[in-house]
Amino acid sequence: MTLLMPEPDVQTLAHRDAIIAALRAIVPGEGVITGNAPLRAYESDALTAYRQPPMVVVLPETTAQVAAILSYCHAHNVRVVPRGAGTSLSGGALPLADAVLLGLSKFNRILDVCHTDRVAVVQPGVTNLAITRAVEADGFYYAPDPSSQIACSIGGNVAENSGGVHCLKYGLTTNNVLGIEIVLMDGEIIRLGGRHIDPAGLDLLGLIVGSEGLLGVVTEVTVRLLPKPQAARAALIGFPTVESAGQCVADVIAAGIIPAGMEMMDRPAIHAAEAFVNIGYPLDVDALLIVEMDGVAVECDHLTDEIVRIARANGAVTTRISTSEDERLAFWAGRKAAFPAVGRLAPDYLCMDGTIPRRRLPEVLRRITALSEQHGLGVANVFHAGDGNLHPLILYDANQPGQLDRAEAFGSDILRLCVEVGGVLTGEHGVGVEKRELMPVMFSDIDIDQQKAVKAAFDPRALLNPGKMFPLLHRCAEVGRMHVHGGALPFPDLPRF
Amino acid sequence: MADPPLGPATTAELAEIIIAAGRSGSRLAIHGGNSKAGIGAPVDTVPLDMRGFAGVIDYDPAELVLTVGAGTPLRDVLAAVAAEGQQLAFEPGDHAALFGNPAATPTIGGAIAAGIAGPRRLTMGGARDHLLGFTAVSGRGETLIGGAKVVKNVTGYDLPKLLANSWGRLAALTQVTLKVLPRPRTTLTLIATGLTPAAAIAAMARALGSAADVAAAAHNPATATTALRLEGFEPSVAARAAMLPAILADHCRVAPLDPAAADALWHGIANVTALADAPVLWRINLPPSAAATFAAPFIAAGDRTLFDWAGGLVWLATNTDPATIRAAAAAAGGHAMLLRAPADTRAQVPAFHPQPPAVAALEARVRRAFDPYGVFETGRFGPPDAD
Repeated sequence: MTLLMPEPDVQTLAHRDAIIAALRAIVPGEGVITGNAPLRAYESDALTAYRQPPMVVVLPETTAQVAAILSYCHAHNVRVVPRGAGTSLSGGALPLADAVLLGLSKFNRILDVCHTDRVAVVQPGVTNLAITRAVEADGFYYAPDPSSQIACSIGGNVAENSGGVHCLKYGLTTNNVLGIEIVLMDGEIIRLGGRHIDPAGLDLLGLIVGSEGLLGVVTEVTVRLLPKPQAARAALIGFPTVESAGQCVADVIAAGIIPAGMEMMDRPAIHAAEAFVNIGYPLDVDALLIVEMDGVAVECDHLTDEIVRIARANGAVTTRISTSEDERLAFWAGRKAAFPAVGRLAPDYLCMDGTIPRRRLPEVLRRITALSEQHGLGVANVFHAGDGNLHPLILYDANQPGQLDRAEAFGSDILRLCVEVGGVLTGEHGVGVEKRELMPVMFSDIDIDQQKAVKAAFDPRALLNPGKMFPLLHRCAEVGRMHVHGGALPFPDLPRF
Repeated sequence: MADPPLGPATTAELAEIIIAAGRSGSRLAIHGGNSKAGIGAPVDTVPLDMRGFAGVIDYDPAELVLTVGAGTPLRDVLAAVAAEGQQLAFEPGDHAALFGNPAATPTIGGAIAAGIAGPRRLTMGGARDHLLGFTAVSGRGETLIGGAKVVKNVTGYDLPKLLANSWGRLAALTQVTLKVLPRPRTTLTLIATGLTPAAAIAAMARALGSAADVAAAAHNPATATTALRLEGFEPSVAARAAMLPAILADHCRVAPLDPAAADALWHGIANVTALADAPVLWRINLPPSAAATFAAPFIAAGDRTLFDWAGGLVWLATNTDPATIRAAAAAAGGHAMLLRAPADTRAQVPAFHPQPPAVAALEARVRRAFDPYGVFETGRFGPPDAD
């Protein structure tokens, strides 16, 4: 496996010591990290198949320092890779050999909470869960809940437009952020939005959320808080076929119900999860739905009755309703442990993240099974059933020659399939380096060039997080193969695992 | 204007018109039903009628996704989703009467491009939050897409957010894909009377911070009426309505409003009918906590106001000097848009609240990224950039 990244800039590498000295003048003390061993800690994010130590790590503590760092790097043509908590699943924070890794981990304070405006103003390094922890005593919470919420930072959530199991009802990050402070690559500090709804002009805030750290470095975030629902209840429903489970989901929505969460697991995922957490998932079904209702207790009761009725009408063979908070959490434990559980089935796994129109699910799962046989690798599927976001987990062994390449090829085939049926390459993990070369499957050259023009409006020298989101390879349609584009050369292919 | 009106019906025709305008240096004023034509500086540029791009293209209610031509009348879109028991949750209103053009028929593209959203914007998001994807022709004359036709997508930049509320300054929308949601089975409005704006905002904040799951909250100082809207399944709405008197015990007494009166009340708030006769009307977006203080001097001077979004949106009918209004809105942490005024005022006072120079410069660069020749810079929202 070789990942192409932008060719390291010879001038930058030659001036490494001067760059480090300049950074030390901006961020004194231990905020500038060099040396092989310490830099290893930053060599990858949660997409660990790709590793590259950065040239230097800098951990500023103030917006002024961030602005000074970016201004210096802009003036000296030095590339910068921003990093939150390093939990990206798409390589969004993968360093470059010639880039400054700009870590926001020291921006870890909650600045303000206002109950009248129902907002929290926080620094970008605050973890997603820490926001809820800070406001829950007052009956509030921050709704987007990516599964990494204990570790992932709100700044990273803004960069990736993170979702979570509750996002069908409560939205993604973009629907829950009201304002940001951001530093542009030239060092300009700007504020977009605030504590009010809707911007004064163009919705640049909406553009920046989900821009994968390519447009600016977020230094403050104002998020919307929601009142904590009075009650929550989960239903565990087993179906003999994926089709019947899929029809149940469609019928729930047709009945006017938007559940707080609606997750589906296929047979391999059910078995892996049950073996891992042992909480009584049915093992004789082909599809398992976990449906969560929240709101006032009466609403939970009403919706539970409706959903059980719809499930039985669709041939559900098991239905269990949580009778306590412990039991509700137990129902979720298997789903939330699905990734590590599947991880026990093979030494390594690759997590994909396409979205499809829900009605195509049975067909897509059948074709994924066929692809699994074709590539000779196992797969388990978990599915955010309400919004069509599919996570196939491809099983492989990186120590077996060629298996990672095959896993990546299998993953690419799955994502092409998602686009073919009317879906997209990524529902919540981002493009990063992982799906970069697949962008032309979904977008024309015109579409990609338009997005690049937007990038240039923020960062004309393309110094911020290069090598992410946009394809580096040039497709050559007549032979159907990929060719190295002028200027893009392999960067050192580093050991994996 | 000597030029004949332009009314393309295909993206190829539209692209040809835009390319020709770019070559000749002329400028195009994109429009749908002209219901919002009274916003911004009067302009004398070639109108580009988008109503040729009309009709439902794809609608699968179970997928919660609807794709329509951008020139489709808003009322047709609302009727199509209502027929399936669904709705556009951002509740776009019809501002035709507000702008003295009641015969005009707003289009969905116009509502999206203007970021129009009603009382439910407070809790369910605006046009920006429900625009999943689009097809458009840029100022380069290139047909492009942004977003996608599924409800969950983070592939590439979120260009739909940028196109919503872009007022025809980036690209001409031909197709929009919207997230649709189930229509609530029951709606119940509770009202309190006699509250001052400050007390009303405190009460609305208390209700919105509770588990009563309030969908919309508005206050009309003229009648001292505060309204809270509950939506959902009947047993749930009844239970939440029963909770609110205790939740609001320290603030006010609430009572249910007759459904017909409630419909009229919310319709009036969405369409700002109470202020439809005002010669000058401003829309102030600001933090609710600052709204009462912001509005107090205007109310004291006899100006009329209407508070939506729990105080986060203040409609203000006043003849006060624009600079004073904008300074007060900025001091409150918000911004002020001039919605309605005589033509000579609109020629002088920009519709949008002026941005800090760095943001204004960035916005201009983003506009040039879509429209390098300034084809869509009609001057309606300020002088075309000097470049």
